[in-house]
Amino acid sequence: MGFVRGLKCRECGREYPVDPIYVCEFCFGPLEVVYDYDGIKKVLTKEKILSRPQNLWRYKELLPIDGEPTVGLHSGFTPLVRAKKLAEHLGMKELYIKDDTVTHPTLSFKDRVVAVALSKAKEFGFDTVACASTGNLAHSVSAHGAAAGLKRYIFIPATLEQSKIVASLAYGPNLIAVDGNYDDVNRLCSEVANKHNWAFVNINIRPFYAEGSKTQGYEIIEQLGWKTPDAVVVPCASGSLLTKIWKSFKEMKEIGIIDNVNTKVFSAQATGCSPIVAAIKEGTDVIRPVKPDTIAKSLAIGNPADGYYATQVIKETGGFGADVSDAEIIDAIKLLAETEGIFAETAGGVTLASAMKLIDSGHISKGDVTVLCITGNGLKTKEAIEGHTGEPHHIDPNLKSFEEVLKKITSA
Amino acid sequence: MAVKVKIPVPLQRLTQGKEEVEGAAGTIISLVNDLDQQYPGLAERISENGKLRRFVNIYVNEEDVRFMKNEETEVKDGDEISIVPAIAGGM
Repeated sequence: MGFVRGLKCRECGREYPVDPIYVCEFCFGPLEVVYDYDGIKKVLTKEKILSRPQNLWRYKELLPIDGEPTVGLHSGFTPLVRAKKLAEHLGMKELYIKDDTVTHPTLSFKDRVVAVALSKAKEFGFDTVACASTGNLAHSVSAHGAAAGLKRYIFIPATLEQSKIVASLAYGPNLIAVDGNYDDVNRLCSEVANKHNWAFVNINIRPFYAEGSKTQGYEIIEQLGWKTPDAVVVPCASGSLLTKIWKSFKEMKEIGIIDNVNTKVFSAQATGCSPIVAAIKEGTDVIRPVKPDTIAKSLAIGNPADGYYATQVIKETGGFGADVSDAEIIDAIKLLAETEGIFAETAGGVTLASAMKLIDSGHISKGDVTVLCITGNGLKTKEAIEGHTGEPHHIDPNLKSFEEVLKKITSA
Repeated sequence: MAVKVKIPVPLQRLTQGKEEVEGAAGTIISLVNDLDQQYPGLAERISENGKLRRFVNIYVNEEDVRFMKNEETEVKDGDEISIVPAIAGGM
């Protein structure tokens, strides 16, 4: 019943059947899911989408599964928050936060991609799932995999924030802490994946997994009243989310749900790991890998697999990129929390701080309808802002003590 | 002793299913061409016009050659080379 025609190499165009494979055997290019858009156009209408439950599967025809979805039936459809106070602070006319800090069940946008990956893994008949992760993916595979009754092997860099490690262990997976950075973990996992017949969500399931990111884009369109924004700012690690958001906009046009797409796509990275933004600023599409050094660990991928395609999207749409320091990330996390009541993880700080630079430099105009993709919850990386917030006011349990403190607070 | 090269699954068809093969010391690109003599077709998969393909990662003793001299990186006997397709993750 699905609308997937097959897999196709993004580099050389060779076609492959729907299998748990991820690279072109000929040129090693990544494989991309190809759909029958004419078929989808006939069945998927605004009315049909609106009639369905508010989760990411309301766009299921545009996702790479054959049967009914089995995982993540409550994931997605997060709020698109009109950020009036933040907009005022930045002098913007119309600013929105796509708030994936509240994605079910593990509070990051990874719940979207894992919902799709595990639904597909079950269709393929796998009983074991695995992933290499900077944290959020570990949470999501641990949680969705538990609910789906799958065995789980989760590989993480041993240096990950303690809160992320504990939050994964709660779901009882096999957690493998590797003495190395994310790129080391990834390289190891590609060797493990060669040996064991598991569904590695970001390796042999990657073409399907990555498609889940598109749902953030579909939702932005729907929640803006069936149109695309003028500008969208996306945090980049591998560059996959950015390319998929752009793909989702183009697909909505392809199937006739919207008439045009005039969006500039912007990349946000931490200065300590900015291979994509560096390439954009230099005007090249050659991605030079780096050794990450940033508090934004969920973005600390020095060797971004989709970096090349991210630069192409930015070029095609007339977007740009910005990179920000650790101090700027922390300030932006606090600004978002204090103006909009949204506590984002470090990647969210990267997105907002980068957007502020892009507004200052005029790459984003103050009149542009702008969406910031905030992809994970601040409770996951609270270590990052510890020591950078105010302190509690300690008092004795009596009114006099409170009144004394109150006087200090109000006179400050 | 020679240079040990780990072959990823998508290329093992060309190496008669072998996960690890041996090649001659020299630059990465000369190693690739040497392997091509033993396993015809391999060089074309990994490189194009003497350059490594965009989505091929090569590691020498776990270090990405792009942190060294790319295809001109020198490898010596006893070094371990991994050929790994680019993989996704993160955002």
